[in-house]
Amino acid sequence: MQAFTHQVLSGLANGGIYASVALALVMIYQATHHVNFAQGELAMFSTYIAWTMINAGLPYWVAFVLILCFSFVLGVLIERIVVRPVEQAPVLTVVIVFIGLLVIVNSVAGWIYSYTIKAFPSPFPSDAWYGSTYMSPHEIGMIFVTLVVLSLVFAFFRFTPLGLAMRAAAQNPASSQLVGIRVGWMLAFGWGLAGLIGSVAGMMAAPIVYLDPNMMSGILLYGFAAALLGGIDNPWGAVFGGFVVGVLENVAGAYIVGTELKLTVALIIIVGVLVAKPSGLFGRTLVTRV
Amino acid sequence: MSAILETRGLNAAYGPTAVLHGIDIAVEERGIVTLLGANGAGKTTMLRAICRMMVRISGEVRFAGARIDGKATEDIVRLGIAHVPDGRGTFVGLTVEENLRLGAYTRRDRDVAQDYERIYGYFPRLKERRKQQAGTLSGGEQQMLAISRALMLRPKLLLLDEPSFGLAPLVVQEIFRILRTINKQEGVSMLLVEQNANIALELADHAYLLETGSIILGGPSTVISSDESVRRAYLGY
Repeated sequence: MQAFTHQVLSGLANGGIYASVALALVMIYQATHHVNFAQGELAMFSTYIAWTMINAGLPYWVAFVLILCFSFVLGVLIERIVVRPVEQAPVLTVVIVFIGLLVIVNSVAGWIYSYTIKAFPSPFPSDAWYGSTYMSPHEIGMIFVTLVVLSLVFAFFRFTPLGLAMRAAAQNPASSQLVGIRVGWMLAFGWGLAGLIGSVAGMMAAPIVYLDPNMMSGILLYGFAAALLGGIDNPWGAVFGGFVVGVLENVAGAYIVGTELKLTVALIIIVGVLVAKPSGLFGRTLVTRV
Repeated sequence: MSAILETRGLNAAYGPTAVLHGIDIAVEERGIVTLLGANGAGKTTMLRAICRMMVRISGEVRFAGARIDGKATEDIVRLGIAHVPDGRGTFVGLTVEENLRLGAYTRRDRDVAQDYERIYGYFPRLKERRKQQAGTLSGGEQQMLAISRALMLRPKLLLLDEPSFGLAPLVVQEIFRILRTINKQEGVSMLLVEQNANIALELADHAYLLETGSIILGGPSTVISSDESVRRAYLGY
């Protein structure tokens, strides 16, 4: 029983990472109906920059905040420079652009930092008082950080004028223009926020999976499964899906399929959701009257 | 009185397809002008051309004397032109109150809060439903919401695209009665596109007749409504 509890709890910790990645995916999907396959690689790149900063002697949390800003700006720039020109292009073109972005970012990271695996520090000391037999301090800290970031993001969308404008622009671009919202910038901000959330996932995951250019490939798959499970157009659903996928993956890995086949759990979830309930658990069915 | 909106030789096109050819119209300050015409005459395109939405234009558009034909839609809104588009364009997934708040998105003054009450004064039903998703409102209520959202801008000019579309006659009368009140009390000028020529001519003090992208007739509403051909083609008697 104790082992089982341990599996579930550390699944929740991983789930926080998947939830962040899923939320980043959903954010861009909601606004543009595109799935950003490069989301994970962007997070990985941000994490490398964080590694450089920390190695240069910056305190962890200073680097953390700087990286959030960096990732936001990087997201905005990519939207403006790479995605904007293909805005009107057919969906396959966009998919190819995203895959190209994935490959480029991955290679650039490998080129700059080499493909050798690096250790990444955790800001939560391993002998901290909040550690227990069930969860390591890093796992607890990771859940805490993810929850704080996710709450801030939700509060931003719910309570600020800019958040409202971003929701409006995602929902109805034409009407948004008519009330004076600069829709193009809202999309760019969406990319920025998605990049920011993704980089949190990267920095939290790196102490566990270690830093290498392919560190996010598995995580992106889990994040995608989470987003689909929760409903790809529902941010709350995506976060919930993240935690569910984290637990399922860990429990199935420990008791059913074994650690080597863990990633298949994500694929099974993806295929299962698409077959049984394509809109996901909380996919929005909008109430309308005609 | 001077014109708040004036177009000279305005052409508009969707891609290669020209829709409007050399349109000259004027809307007086505090005036209500209606643009009548059959389906496909270019009425909706005319409103889109004024705020440069989805169409390519050439020619002159002047608002309060200054050229606006080179500006982006978002900047034209900031000048005080509110557009109630065809199909109403409400944000169906957001609440009534959020829709209104978006209407005031470009405003930075402190009076926004009291404007909700002003709007709810015109449309009490929206107040009852202010926490509801706009998509759950009836057609009439959605039209009221669309007009209210436009009013939250405190516009100088209101562009209305078929506010009577798909609504019960009683609701249409209520909406037009309120439009008149708004025009009288707040001095908002209006450019109204309508297929319901009767009610439009009743509200407007000036009218233009649009046919396949050109203005073929224009003048005071009373003159237009007594015109033999207009009566037969648009008023049905």
